[in-house]
Amino acid sequence: MSTYFDFEKPIAELEEQLKDMQKVQDKGKIDMTDKIQEVESRILQTKKEIYSRLNGWQRVQISRHPERPYTLDYIENICDGFIELHGDRNVKDDSAMVGGFGQIGGQTVMIIGQQKGRNTKQRQQRNFGMANPEGYRKALRLMKLAEKFNKPVITFIDTPGASPGLEAEERGQGEAIAKNLMEMAVLKVPVICIVIGEGASGGALGIGVGDKVIMLENTWYSVISPESCSSILWRSWEHKEKAAEALKLTANDMLKNGLIDGIINEPLGGAHTNAAAMYQTMKEEILKMLGELLKKNAAHLVESRIAKFSAMGVVEEESQSA
Amino acid sequence: MSWFKRVKEGITTATKEKKSTPDGLWHKCGRCKKAILTKDMQANMWVCTNCGLHEKIGSKEYFDILFDEQQFTELFDNIYPADPLEFTDTKSYKDRITDTISKSGLKDAARTATGNVNNIHVVICCMDFGFIGGSMGSVVGEKIARSIDYAREKRIPFLMISKSGGARMMEAAYSLMQMAKTSAKLALLDMEGIPYLSILTDPTTGGVTASFAMLGDFNIAEPEALIGFAGPRVIRETIGKDLPKGFQSSEFLLEHGFVDFIVPRTEMKKKLSLLLGMLADKKIEREGEKLNLQ
Ligand SMILES: [Zn+2]
Repeated sequence: MSTYFDFEKPIAELEEQLKDMQKVQDKGKIDMTDKIQEVESRILQTKKEIYSRLNGWQRVQISRHPERPYTLDYIENICDGFIELHGDRNVKDDSAMVGGFGQIGGQTVMIIGQQKGRNTKQRQQRNFGMANPEGYRKALRLMKLAEKFNKPVITFIDTPGASPGLEAEERGQGEAIAKNLMEMAVLKVPVICIVIGEGASGGALGIGVGDKVIMLENTWYSVISPESCSSILWRSWEHKEKAAEALKLTANDMLKNGLIDGIINEPLGGAHTNAAAMYQTMKEEILKMLGELLKKNAAHLVESRIAKFSAMGVVEEESQSA
Repeated sequence: MSWFKRVKEGITTATKEKKSTPDGLWHKCGRCKKAILTKDMQANMWVCTNCGLHEKIGSKEYFDILFDEQQFTELFDNIYPADPLEFTDTKSYKDRITDTISKSGLKDAARTATGNVNNIHVVICCMDFGFIGGSMGSVVGEKIARSIDYAREKRIPFLMISKSGGARMMEAAYSLMQMAKTSAKLALLDMEGIPYLSILTDPTTGGVTASFAMLGDFNIAEPEALIGFAGPRVIRETIGKDLPKGFQSSEFLLEHGFVDFIVPRTEMKKKLSLLLGMLADKKIEREGEKLNLQ
């Protein structure tokens, strides 16, 4: 059973029709070939129309689709080999943040990302993709390992935020994220960060300082989720759609505002509708970016990474009279 | 050359900005409710003479408290907030900016000044909670970034006084990226061995805590300040329980190892300059020195 969103209702209806026609066809009494072809082309047309004008809130919904590929799915499907590495060497292993060395097209890379769960038990075990301080510290430990062995770093961002809780605060959630921002800025190897689902706030940025910051087409990245933004600014959860528009959180808006470096297209209908095609595209895009970044020396990488983030922000500046 | 420089003569500036503290004859303490003469509160640096509560004060008060003879030069005061996303919630961000500027007399939630603290030349960036909850937007990030550049250029210590509710939602991802921007600049300061003192005051939360505020060579807190990443309300809702007493206080952070020491505001200048003086000991002149081990 596929899960349809409200805005996909026309597609769901057509697919229902198609199913009925196929049943008739299968009975073999009436030839439905022409009608089936017609409905199939209408489905494609409708999908194209709907998916070409998705609004912010609709993208947020797709980014959270329960069948969407997660970090470990990408790792499994784009790497020739992968060795998962655990623990922050201080407190524990955080399963909301995974990482390890893998090989993509013959190149060894360090891959790190937030991991969500598929079912209730997994979701709890992965804490809904909300990492604790030890998750961010594990991520940093692995990035430092990559630096030591001169391997590029790839991060997959997919989190509704860093974990809020008693233990997270006791162990310094703020400090853990802050440290990552500072260290990633000067990491001497190429860093590619890809938002594959949700990119919420400091929890996302905590593994998001890179030479290439890329968003998949149907993802979002902002300082706060539309729901929380609605609850704080409108004092009610009802205005999440308005908040999603106001935050300009889609890949297109983020690229237009110069806050990311590129967008990776998803299969029509979203990454979950054709995961195999998504993995193929992801692999090709990563290899392309690696090819470009591996040509640059460390000093140049770090310098341009810092310059890029330093230029972010818009202010009014009055000319100063001497 | 070392990072420190002693400046021979004072630098003057007019302090024409509005005060973030009350002007009446009496001041009623926000905690013990005792009425105290405003001039006594001012003399005690806005720390309640009865119960020790550190009232929220702004950049004007901190600059007056820390700089010698209350003399300093303000830097980068020609930067104002923009509205890059044309953001509107229940009120347009543009109107919010205009109203807040006219009410507070401030241009945004941070000001930078340079001057001497007990004869040690420093640059201080201080946040103002009175400007949209001390939230960090592009102006705050830009001022911090330029303050750090200034500290690197002049090779003088950088002091950051944080007081913020976190990110400025009306600047959305621009606000988020200020965390990366300020932290990247601090990485450069760090490499050059220039001291960074991060002073945490009530409240320091959200994206500010998850970036520059926690990155000090020394993290220094005023007593009983609220310091944390997630807000207490969010945590309460997540865990469905009341929070333990003193959770996310300066004392809690000291106990858990995230601040170096707590210092009352009235002792702040003395303690900061003692620390800076120790670092300025000429024996640390080792710029460019590299270990060459065989
Ligand atoms: Zn009192």
